[in-house]
Amino acid sequence: MKLFEYRGKELFKKYGLEVPNGKLVSTEKDFSGLNFPLVLKAQVPIGGRGKAGGIKSTENKKDAISKLSQIIGMDIRGYKVGKVLAEEKADIKNELYLSISLDRTKKMPLIMASASGGMDIESVPDEKIIKEWINPLIGIQPFNIRNVVSKLKLGKEESKETSKTLTKIYKLFRDYDCELVEINPLIITSNGGVMALDSKVIINDDAMYRHTDIIPEHVELTPLEKDAKEKGITFIQLDGDIGVIANGAGLTMATLDALTYYKGQGGVFLDLGGTDDPEKVKQAFELMKKAKPRVIFLNLFGGITKCDTVATGVKAVITKEGINCPVITRIKGMNEEAAKEILKDAGLITATTLQDAAQRSSELVGGK
Amino acid sequence: MSIFVDEKNKVLVQGATGHQGVFHIAEMLGFGTKVVAGVTPGKAGQEVHKVPIFDNVQEGVDETGADTSLILVPARFAKDAVFETLDAGVKTVVVITENIPFHDAMEFVHYAKYKDAILIGPNCPGIASPGKTKIGILPGSIFKQGNVGVASRSGTLTYEIVNSLTEKGIGQSTCVGLGGDPIIGTTFIDSLKEFEKDKDTKAIVLVGEIGGTAEEDAAEFITEHINKPVFAFIAGRTAPPGKRMGHAGAIIARGKGTAASKIKAFEKAEVKLAKFPTDIADLVEQHI
Repeated sequence: MKLFEYRGKELFKKYGLEVPNGKLVSTEKDFSGLNFPLVLKAQVPIGGRGKAGGIKSTENKKDAISKLSQIIGMDIRGYKVGKVLAEEKADIKNELYLSISLDRTKKMPLIMASASGGMDIESVPDEKIIKEWINPLIGIQPFNIRNVVSKLKLGKEESKETSKTLTKIYKLFRDYDCELVEINPLIITSNGGVMALDSKVIINDDAMYRHTDIIPEHVELTPLEKDAKEKGITFIQLDGDIGVIANGAGLTMATLDALTYYKGQGGVFLDLGGTDDPEKVKQAFELMKKAKPRVIFLNLFGGITKCDTVATGVKAVITKEGINCPVITRIKGMNEEAAKEILKDAGLITATTLQDAAQRSSELVGGK
Repeated sequence: MSIFVDEKNKVLVQGATGHQGVFHIAEMLGFGTKVVAGVTPGKAGQEVHKVPIFDNVQEGVDETGADTSLILVPARFAKDAVFETLDAGVKTVVVITENIPFHDAMEFVHYAKYKDAILIGPNCPGIASPGKTKIGILPGSIFKQGNVGVASRSGTLTYEIVNSLTEKGIGQSTCVGLGGDPIIGTTFIDSLKEFEKDKDTKAIVLVGEIGGTAEEDAAEFITEHINKPVFAFIAGRTAPPGKRMGHAGAIIARGKGTAASKIKAFEKAEVKLAKFPTDIADLVEQHI
């Protein structure tokens, strides 16, 4: 789960990091207690908001209110701005980059730091990025911190403060099951202190049960995706118009790929997983209908889950609730013949191969 | 031969008395797997399909000589279960459980390495060496003993591919389900090393997907160390960046993990790529 910047900063404060004095603003009176000049920052779960006009500096209250009204409601690459953080402008001497992420290859937390802060880290050349891996069984050690901080070439006091910051965010990273903690920029102020000007914190969804102090927001999900998440169904909305239901993530992805081969485009990724529970199948179809696909492509492989049990669930939903678009099915595996009969009986189109099904689905929406 | 597991593995199931445990113990016994013990705290003395249940792993190991563990416990208890089994001296651990926090996986994957144990998963269907053993939840009916080694990040997609091989009469030496999480124990490279050494494996099939760089790393390894023919399928060519496509590990993050990059790497390593999952069997048939 991606946290908004202001919530990430609340966590930073909890771990003793310095952040600029600021708060969420929506009306004139919210500016009381803040000293101008201020920076107004749109709270969106994606990068690049500065370029999109989502960050504005302001010198006085009148100007602030006018700029606030420009930012609130603004559309930043599909995200409507609902919250704006106002912060006192910091006194920047130097900008650094600091992050901790999960390195999938080494299976360890990876610290990345750079003296080129403020830039998108992907545009920083690799030789300018300091990397240090932490053995998760040992945790961060003083030598790890020295390895990072010494290469940043800072003054004595600044090094000391940066070291402390690193220790704190490593603790935050581990305590809160983070996939990413990124501070870009981490600034050195003219009195030698360090301060986090931005925050990017991603908490692992699977660990949310042990972080009950974090209110789940899932700002990055569409309303239907949120609904599905609450029901425990893997459901992703995409740009196309063919709704794909399959069992297993890999198979669902492969089904979407097959559609593209025939110039069709998937509009929904729905993974039934290993379920043959009729109630789950029903919920899945209901969600799919709400996404209004022009065709539904059901692709199942029966292993442990028997094809005919899933087919029975599908038939029950379709005969009872009805469906307003063609459904093309392709069933393979355990008890496939019985399953095909059940689906034919429910009035669905049964294809023989994945290719055949993908081609027919695509043709129905005008692909070939 | 086969890799990682064979008929000698004595399996202890953690989470043996739950719905999944009871079902899959029967399935495994039917496949020929030596399931010797089950563990569910508080249920010692019970039996599941005549397999004795113990309160803890150490007792199960001491009484039965179990050397392999299958983890079917819920995600919240998985880390504890893996640590317990590693401390009891178990040397092969297969973690089926899905939705385990990444930080937990990171810890037990490192602990397994420290204990010199093989850890497969998490979020995987398990491993099968047809004719010998099956440790996990893979459907036994799809397999046929033979000479193709399969390693995969996916579940159902693997069944689909294995099934199409079997339908063509092409059997498998071992099929390893590596798991769909970002942090997993056994990787493509670990599997490739073993398949290359294994006398019974004549060809290797890899089933990859978007996310991470495991396929790119494998491609590099293949160029340098693998002489056997390798075939691959990559799922997720049309997946948009930033979206987790069902598997926790299937995400294009910060420009990394695209199918295009994986396909390019495999092409460079002269791995034969299939367009559709069911084409793998045709490709293998043409080449061996």
